[in-house]
Amino acid sequence: MTASTKLMAGKKGLIMGVANDRSIAWGIAKACADHGAELAFTYQGEALERRVRPLADTVSAPIVAECDVTSPDSMDALFQTISDTWGELDFVVHAIAYSDKEELKGKYVNTSRENFLNSMDISVFSFTDVARRSAPLMKEGGSLLTLSYYGAEQVMPHYNVMGVAKAALEASVRYMAADLGPDGIRVNAISAGPIKTLAASGIGDFRVILKWNELNSPLHRNVTIEDVGSSGLYLLSDLSRGVTGEVHHVDSGYHVVGMLATDNAVPLAELLLQYKKD
Amino acid sequence: MSDVADRVKKIVIEHLGVEEAKVAENSSFIDDLGADSLDTVELVMAFEEEFGVEIPDDAAEKILTVQDAISFIEAANAG
Repeated sequence: MTASTKLMAGKKGLIMGVANDRSIAWGIAKACADHGAELAFTYQGEALERRVRPLADTVSAPIVAECDVTSPDSMDALFQTISDTWGELDFVVHAIAYSDKEELKGKYVNTSRENFLNSMDISVFSFTDVARRSAPLMKEGGSLLTLSYYGAEQVMPHYNVMGVAKAALEASVRYMAADLGPDGIRVNAISAGPIKTLAASGIGDFRVILKWNELNSPLHRNVTIEDVGSSGLYLLSDLSRGVTGEVHHVDSGYHVVGMLATDNAVPLAELLLQYKKD
Repeated sequence: MSDVADRVKKIVIEHLGVEEAKVAENSSFIDDLGADSLDTVELVMAFEEEFGVEIPDDAAEKILTVQDAISFIEAANAG
């Protein structure tokens, strides 16, 4: 790739929420690094640090910092580091969410106040907080990207409080697009189809959900972190300079389908029978 | 040694970065091979991918040693 075709040459970006090389955030980070971006990574806790550091090293990231998004002190320290090291910032990838795993079973209606507030704090407010802190560093404009899921729009099994949190996150994308647009800062989300990541390992029946999406989506396949990476690259680069406030679906088109795919009726029937047996 | 055992050991060696000589059937991922709790989840995901089996949460929690993994996969493949 020649310098002139590198979409992110000279851009500096903060990547929050890589857990390992299966992470969606890593797919986006890799796509940006391949196009010349300089990256900063955050992790929370020692177990994740051991996974993030080697990945960050493969793209020669100058900043690898611990960050707990629920701690103002920790966020202060992170943005101080970015300010001291770079003095500016062009883009942010926010791929952080949390719910007590026990509440991703059973009914949403039984969600506890504690888990509701904690999920909203980590999965929704953290993006607003990151955006507010990033804006002053985005002197030439910028692009903020977060990750959502179709469970924000329609009821998906087991998604429960995460669906409510992602709906709030998507609404926050629109409000922040309006707030930060005059400064040339764009705010968008990718609503990715299901991908087998470390975070997804906490969701029940995930294999059935994956197969259901594969059989019913117009493209008849599941998406990969490379697919999301490429779309993320578009939303973070100047290619999407006229796009803000958008929730962009990278889901093989699943969100447009109104009924199961009749050309896959037989494998779908087999899948449903297997589901019943379990 | 069965084919499943060989493939399970290969995944464990690669994922945890341990020496082949250290990995025995009765090796505990956490106590003997230095895995942390995320490693155990990642190993289960790697086994699922390699063998095309589904390992539900309650079964995954009981897979603590190399032999536990081999037994689960052999039983799943037989069923």
